[in-house]
Amino acid sequence: MESREAKKPLAGAWLQRLAVLVPYLWLALFFLLPFAIVLKLSLSETALAQPPYVPVFDLSAGFEGLKAFLAALSPRNYVFIASDWIYAASYFRSLEVATLATALLLLIGFPIAYGMARAPRALQPILFMAVVLPFWTAFLIRIYAWINILQRDGLLNQALLALGIVDAPPAWLATDTAVYIGLVYSYLPFMVLPIYATLEKMDETLLEAAADLGCPPWKAFWLVTLPVSLKGVVAGALLCFIPMVGEFVIPDLLGGSENVMIGQMLWTEFFGDRDWPVASAIAVVLLCLLVVPMMFYQHMQSRAIERER
Amino acid sequence: MRKGPSWFNITSLALGLAFLYLPIAILVLYSFNASRLVTVWGGWSTRWYVELWHDEAMLESALVTLRIGLLSAAAATVLGTLAALALVRFGRFRGRLLFGGMIYAPLVMPEVITGLSLLLLFVAIDVDRGFWTITIAHTTLTMCFVAVIVQARLVDFDRSLEEAAMDLGCPPIKTFFTITLPLIAPAIASGFVLAFTLSLDDLILASFTTGPGATTLPIRIYSEIRLGVKPEINAVCTILIAVVAIGLVAASLMVKLSGGRRSSAPIGAQL
Repeated sequence: MESREAKKPLAGAWLQRLAVLVPYLWLALFFLLPFAIVLKLSLSETALAQPPYVPVFDLSAGFEGLKAFLAALSPRNYVFIASDWIYAASYFRSLEVATLATALLLLIGFPIAYGMARAPRALQPILFMAVVLPFWTAFLIRIYAWINILQRDGLLNQALLALGIVDAPPAWLATDTAVYIGLVYSYLPFMVLPIYATLEKMDETLLEAAADLGCPPWKAFWLVTLPVSLKGVVAGALLCFIPMVGEFVIPDLLGGSENVMIGQMLWTEFFGDRDWPVASAIAVVLLCLLVVPMMFYQHMQSRAIERER
Repeated sequence: MRKGPSWFNITSLALGLAFLYLPIAILVLYSFNASRLVTVWGGWSTRWYVELWHDEAMLESALVTLRIGLLSAAAATVLGTLAALALVRFGRFRGRLLFGGMIYAPLVMPEVITGLSLLLLFVAIDVDRGFWTITIAHTTLTMCFVAVIVQARLVDFDRSLEEAAMDLGCPPIKTFFTITLPLIAPAIASGFVLAFTLSLDDLILASFTTGPGATTLPIRIYSEIRLGVKPEINAVCTILIAVVAIGLVAASLMVKLSGGRRSSAPIGAQL
């Protein structure tokens, strides 16, 4: 494969190089470089100026300017974050919420994926589209739809009162329950689809063989189906867990004002207090927390491509 | 093993789909509610749509959002397709690992981090924030989604067609445009639609990178939602859902007409 590629390139060598270079430079400029700036800013100090931080790197001052610039950097924002318990609590809370929500998503998403994979072949593309479709419709709108339902005189409480399940309408909004509903609702397609992708490819004769050898269905599920789908489960869990740790919109609109998650913290520091250096330091620490799962996810993805090539 | 769906499978599917669709259905239904009280049904009416039509700020936001969406989706489609070709076709090149990382990281990166870092870049290079900075931010995020979709199509693509063309003396560039591009066109089309809908929907990147005069629809909707539920917002949301649905139907029809076998299926399988 490799040698054939070398013999017959798809296009001229310089054209190929150009095709790599354009997206490469774009991402380096608008994705990688900004992180360097965040890192630098997290070591800076807030100032009443425009931009609202010092030191500002001044190219015209040359080497002396660089030395002065480096000397002015300090880790005090990190010390500040570490010393105030509210930040640590907020990181823990984010990890806890994301973990529990991922577990809920697995519990709800796996049966749906399983049902899809076991549905008649002709139905599967339609079911697939049905699960993908909400993912394409606006995220903000889907959260808004839940505010409609969960508000105090909303449809959920109307239904509960009408059925006589509760006597007084309970508050749903601004509770953890609402946050979990929002998270599960928004991320469900991300959990279902990777699991479905592995289950769909599964060789069903494996289950028949297990049954022929006298294995009861639940045991066959445990010994055959689950291990086969493990890759999809892990991919789905990572795909949900990582962004949920930094989630902002869902806890902001559905959750309460106590126990904020770290994404909200960053948002408030930035837009509310206009403390850009502290917001940057929060972002850097959050990135450090997520770098291991993110690299694991990328590793899985590249392996999947290599295998299929 | 028993063939066909069991009661358990049918129940879990039905409950799952109901959970996914009921809230959206309720939202659409209540946008046609005559009553101002969003929780009481007061009969059918289109008055909120009429009021929306006279809300100039909202219309202006819609226009800005559409322009950003189309522009960023077009740029993301070109960049993402090139990136997919680079990942699948060009073998090993220097920095391939980093390149792959930069494609996959934005898919899962919390948007508050991406948004903050892009804003700081724009401040550092001192550009006026607004329409163009949002467009760049959206292009950067959505090109990665396009790359993943197109790459999935390139991976299960029969390369002997290209080789046959080149063996018959077709130059590489012509081969690309007459053989390769038409074959991956369905994936490119669904990449474009996804990029467009992601841009229409984005609140966080837009909030960080926006400037005076560029209030996108999600930013406006968000500030209204924070004040409570309003029937006009139900109407806006219903229109947005309709736009996305029409775009999706158009995209899948395009895929059907061009004879694509797998339609937009790879998206979920790949993510």
